Amino acid sequence: MSDTSITNSQEPLLTNDGVPLKESLRKSLRRTKIRSFLLILAPLSFLLFMFVTPIGSLLSRSIDDIQINNVFPQTFAQYEQWEDKSQLPSEEMFAAVINDIRVTIKIKDSEGNLIGKNLLGRSGTRMTYEYSGWKSLISKTVKEALKVDKKSKEDVKPFKWEAPYKEKMIKRDKRWAKVEFWQSLGAMKDPYTMGYYLNAVDLKYDANKNIVQKEEYLKIYNTIWVRTLKVSLMVTLFCLLLAYPVAYLLATLPMRTSNLLMICVLMPFWTSLLVRIVAWMIMLQQNGVVNDTLINILPCFEGMVNLPFFGATNIDLCFSDEDRIPMMYNFTGTIIVMTQVLLPFMILPIYSVMKGIPPSYMKAAQNLGATPTWAFIRVYMPQSVPGIGAGCILVFIVAIGYYITPELVGGKDGIMIGNFVAREMQRTLNWGLAAAMGAILLAAVLILYWAYDRLIGLDNLKMG
Amino acid sequence: MSNKEPLVKFENVQKSYDGEILVVKDFNLDVAPGEFVTMLGPSGSGKTTCLMMLAGFEPTTNGTIYLKGKPINNVPPHKRGIGMVFQNYALFPHMTVAENLAFPLEVRKFGKAEREAKVNRALDMVQLGEFGQRRPMQLSGGQQQRVAVARSLVFDPDLVLMDEPLGALDKNLREQMQYEIKHLHESLGLTVVYVTHDQTEALTMSNRIAVFNDGVVLQCSSPEDLYEKPENSFVANFIGENNRLTGTVEAIKGNTATVKTDSGDVVIATKVNVGKVGDRATLSLRPERIMVAPKKGKTPNTYSAKVEELIYHGDHIRTRFSVCGHDDFIVKIPNSIDNVDLKKGKQVDIGWMLEDCLALDG
Repeated sequence: MSDTSITNSQEPLLTNDGVPLKESLRKSLRRTKIRSFLLILAPLSFLLFMFVTPIGSLLSRSIDDIQINNVFPQTFAQYEQWEDKSQLPSEEMFAAVINDIRVTIKIKDSEGNLIGKNLLGRSGTRMTYEYSGWKSLISKTVKEALKVDKKSKEDVKPFKWEAPYKEKMIKRDKRWAKVEFWQSLGAMKDPYTMGYYLNAVDLKYDANKNIVQKEEYLKIYNTIWVRTLKVSLMVTLFCLLLAYPVAYLLATLPMRTSNLLMICVLMPFWTSLLVRIVAWMIMLQQNGVVNDTLINILPCFEGMVNLPFFGATNIDLCFSDEDRIPMMYNFTGTIIVMTQVLLPFMILPIYSVMKGIPPSYMKAAQNLGATPTWAFIRVYMPQSVPGIGAGCILVFIVAIGYYITPELVGGKDGIMIGNFVAREMQRTLNWGLAAAMGAILLAAVLILYWAYDRLIGLDNLKMG
Repeated sequence: MSNKEPLVKFENVQKSYDGEILVVKDFNLDVAPGEFVTMLGPSGSGKTTCLMMLAGFEPTTNGTIYLKGKPINNVPPHKRGIGMVFQNYALFPHMTVAENLAFPLEVRKFGKAEREAKVNRALDMVQLGEFGQRRPMQLSGGQQQRVAVARSLVFDPDLVLMDEPLGALDKNLREQMQYEIKHLHESLGLTVVYVTHDQTEALTMSNRIAVFNDGVVLQCSSPEDLYEKPENSFVANFIGENNRLTGTVEAIKGNTATVKTDSGDVVIATKVNVGKVGDRATLSLRPERIMVAPKKGKTPNTYSAKVEELIYHGDHIRTRFSVCGHDDFIVKIPNSIDNVDLKKGKQVDIGWMLEDCLALDG
């Protein structure tokens, strides 16, 4: 301590040649630094291209609304002028839509191909997310508006429609007279939008871009978020309860026995996930092994019994076909199967921490007068906390984004947010919404890390 | 001491882990109150097993251990009330030093005030008064060792066990801690059973030393007796430095035995532990008891020896001779002015007194 304070208050240290010591040190370490940087270059660039870039593009996609702003600049400019948003907008706004369509339709890509139709189609898709029906309305209007007036003798043939447009458009399609369509433009008028995120938590923008609740019948995601959280927490808890004793046995049994047990723990890793899930289906379905066994082994008694205090009572102790427990294609199924699938992720970190706890601690605690149980609670368990933390975080993170198990065994009330992400990606093609959901999951995980760091400290985390 | 009832009594204790090999063959030991008894032996000789049986972590296979006259074979470790210092201290890393010390008191349901008083007293005893709020990891090895000692004493146990507690310390610190433990033992009147494989440690600290080899106690006596009067060749070799000459017994007369060494020299030795005439015997000679160029007739045994090597040690010169067919005969010559001038290759007479040459088992 005193050494550093002296050097700080005085001139910088010099080497024998008169070069400042720090500079000399830096020079001498430069070669090593360059060499080590070159060594990590490959994994670093891999990480950059395979991890950072996709996540970056995911995040940008979830807020990106530039495309539609490029296609409909005049329309959105007119939208700002629109005063009473409960009434239909004026002629200028209708004209702006048609003008934007006419400008866009002439856009060519770098090879000279016309891509206007494509751009308008994508915009229509985007608009449909805000209000259902936009896509067909746009494509219909594009067709109508661009029909060239064939009777014209001019060189440059004019469009069929000429201003004013309002009445013509409404005449061709009644939807243009619905004010809701126009109002929904408000959510899209800025190049960056929180719309996808709002959608993901059952909120939306109103015409003035205020955040409001969605209509009750359109709300779906909040229940799913809550369920996802519930499933993840429950799976983490059950995994912990099951894994802790197993890890303790693994860490304390003699080598030969613990190796055998370790193979049992790792066995699921050598089996395909699908095979395991199908095995569970066979076990848990209505006519599955578990229910059949219950029916066969449980004693059956039914009839009138004269009980003291209660008198004659009809007692039905039978576990019959009506009593078969639904354990598959529901919440229970998701919990059971995910717990089994994720169990090794809990066992292994706890085991690796327990392996490092010398048995002498337990001996010392007992020698000092603690009963074996108390010694375990006061001395052993606190030292296994880093493993518990690591295991819980690992299982929770994997569980919160789980997809395949709920998809196969979840049924209606067992599916999770991961399944909706997949649905948006594959079926509705609303990648913005899928990206927003992914980003929310990512944020949840980061918040979890932060909380763990605050409560226990990340340096206490031992992943294995 | 011997007239008091022993605090600890091992009676015909045997121990086997696998049912095939006896790790402890037939162990008998009485420890009087206030005594410092060391179990000394090479690793694998069964000394730690005996300590673990006393602490209650290993069951005895056969025989009985008594504590204060009561058999404790079936008493679990936490009810024995024995303090113990472990080899790597086993200080709980998630507790502060003070919490570590308070642990045995908490378990014994002491009140908060009494607990604090006892913890502070124990910390002061090992000169760590201001370290109570540190974690064990923030202490040096020697400080951790002291905390471990303090923790084993804080609940005033009748008996303290120490399992090679100084093994992890460097040489200077080890010596210092030896004295500290010895002083604690003396000032507090503790009864200590100590396990070590380091003979200097055992000699420095103990009232009595039990020398183990291969599951058997070969000798159990005071440090002086172990060094001066070893009862067999293993003890003679294990304790201190020792020159060995091997041969056959030629004659036994009273307290002396005449041994003919393998090189044909005849040596007269004090008879300690030899069989009949014709049996093999080992002669044990301490390097500091050999005289170089003794006066004629002063020593009954005088032989011509050749200087093989001289090593300067400051206070003495370690000299290797070849004599009686052995070329590793070590003599410690004090570094004084009237020494004979020795050079490598020089022939010189060496000799020893009758009582310094012990005839032991072969």
